[in-house]
Amino acid sequence: MAKKITDNISWVGKVDWELKMFHGNELSTRRGSSYNSYLLRGASKTVLLDTVWGPYDREFVSRLRQEIDLKKIDAVVMQHNESDHSGALVELMRAIPGTPIYCTAKGEAILRGHYHQDWNYVNVKTGDKLDLGGGESLTFIEAPMLHWPDTMFSYYDGCGGVLFSNDGFGQHYASENLFNDEVPEGEMMREAEKYFANILGPFCPMVTRKVKEILAMNLPLKLICPSHGVIWRRNPEQIVEKYLAWADAYAENQVTIVYDTMWNSTRLMAEAIARGIRSAAPEITVKLFNAAKFDKNNILTEVFHSRALLIGSPTINNGYSFAIAGLLEMVKGLKLKKKIGASFGSYGWSGEGVKLLNEHLAAAGFALADEGIRVQWVPDADALAQCEEYGRAFAAKLA
Amino acid sequence: MKKYTCDVCGYEYDPANGDPDNGIAPGTAFEDLPVDWVCPVCGVGKDEFSPAE
Ligand SMILES: Cc1cc2nc3c(=O)[nH]c(=O)nc-3n(C[C@H](O)[C@H](O)[C@H](O)COP(=O)(O)O)c2cc1C
Ligand SMILES: [Fe+2]
Ligand SMILES: [Fe+2]
Ligand SMILES: [Zn+2]
Repeated sequence: MAKKITDNISWVGKVDWELKMFHGNELSTRRGSSYNSYLLRGASKTVLLDTVWGPYDREFVSRLRQEIDLKKIDAVVMQHNESDHSGALVELMRAIPGTPIYCTAKGEAILRGHYHQDWNYVNVKTGDKLDLGGGESLTFIEAPMLHWPDTMFSYYDGCGGVLFSNDGFGQHYASENLFNDEVPEGEMMREAEKYFANILGPFCPMVTRKVKEILAMNLPLKLICPSHGVIWRRNPEQIVEKYLAWADAYAENQVTIVYDTMWNSTRLMAEAIARGIRSAAPEITVKLFNAAKFDKNNILTEVFHSRALLIGSPTINNGYSFAIAGLLEMVKGLKLKKKIGASFGSYGWSGEGVKLLNEHLAAAGFALADEGIRVQWVPDADALAQCEEYGRAFAAKLA
Repeated sequence: MKKYTCDVCGYEYDPANGDPDNGIAPGTAFEDLPVDWVCPVCGVGKDEFSPAE
């Protein structure tokens, strides 16, 4: 069912309350998501912006038919051509095969690469306009790597100014409501941050550049309509400001301790280090996560949120644990800036885990605080005291 | 020295700044970047860069 946003803009997407994982198993979506598609009716032209994920293609097209005679759609604007937005395009184009598809040149290449169809592509660049009649238009703004090479935003100068931003400013957050002012702010903002950390995190320099470029245009802005989650209606500037902050080596006064453990020795170390940090610097938030038991994307979001990461693993077969290896690979991909790292772990005989973790942290761009700390077998009271002392010294380095 | 733009993501390599995060000193000409240097934003190789307009 279409939902009315303004007199001439309708939401025609799909709310997916069932979605638990996205990008295969790469990204958890604990609060579901939505694939937002927008129908914009100008005085003389009607435009559809983006579609929905493939599994919902028939549902999408049949609901769209209830909203509009498909032949009245003058153009489809594909702002980003990943399957969650382009999946239903095949079904739609079956009904209206000649309709022009406005997208970047990279967007055309990606659509061709996915669906192998010779549709009526119209390539657009930053500043190109689609005249909607009545003196209004849709202006395209290329936004490469936010988060794919093809990404673009579209700005509608009617309704007081509407920015369609595709994945930018999005949240994997299912809601029957349309707007940010209708949902609990805390849980929605956590999803917005998780989305940023996991999807846009690797592209912070491009985020900063693009956001500043858009701010410099001084466009009136009433609504920001992303392709996932709710629309920014109350104070849409807030998410723009957040993006500037998140993209600029963001860090709260938090230390995140991520560990794995087989027989609890490394866990005991983690807890002792946490006590040490807290006793030296009670103002620092310390959080502990067992990487094998907790959601990897939530852990990544906590790391993104932190000044420092302490990573712990027992030595296993001259290496470290499966969960820690996976997490470090993901941390590296985020290209985090200006974060401090250190390693710890229990071992039995060879004990190379900590050294290898240090190398991984350094390769992921962390400034190593020190050599890290190792304990042989199960820590006794002395070893735990050393871990606490290590924590205090670590906190001192953050001061 | 000439600036170069990544064809995939639009990142601009400015020789004046180099790419210090990846060990490239300021003042390094694009031509002098190691063959295995990649775009720090999207990861494609030097052959996908064009001279900036
Ligand atoms: C979050 C994300 C990050 C990606 N990063 C890259 C990348 O850095 N380089 C690249 O060549 N392709 C990248 N891709 C594109 C995928 O490799 C491409 O979509 C591929 O066809 C997916 O294959 P699959 O269907 O087996 O998952 C990325 C895709 C996603 C969703
Ligand atoms: Fe995407
Ligand atoms: Fe998306
Ligand atoms: Zn690039």
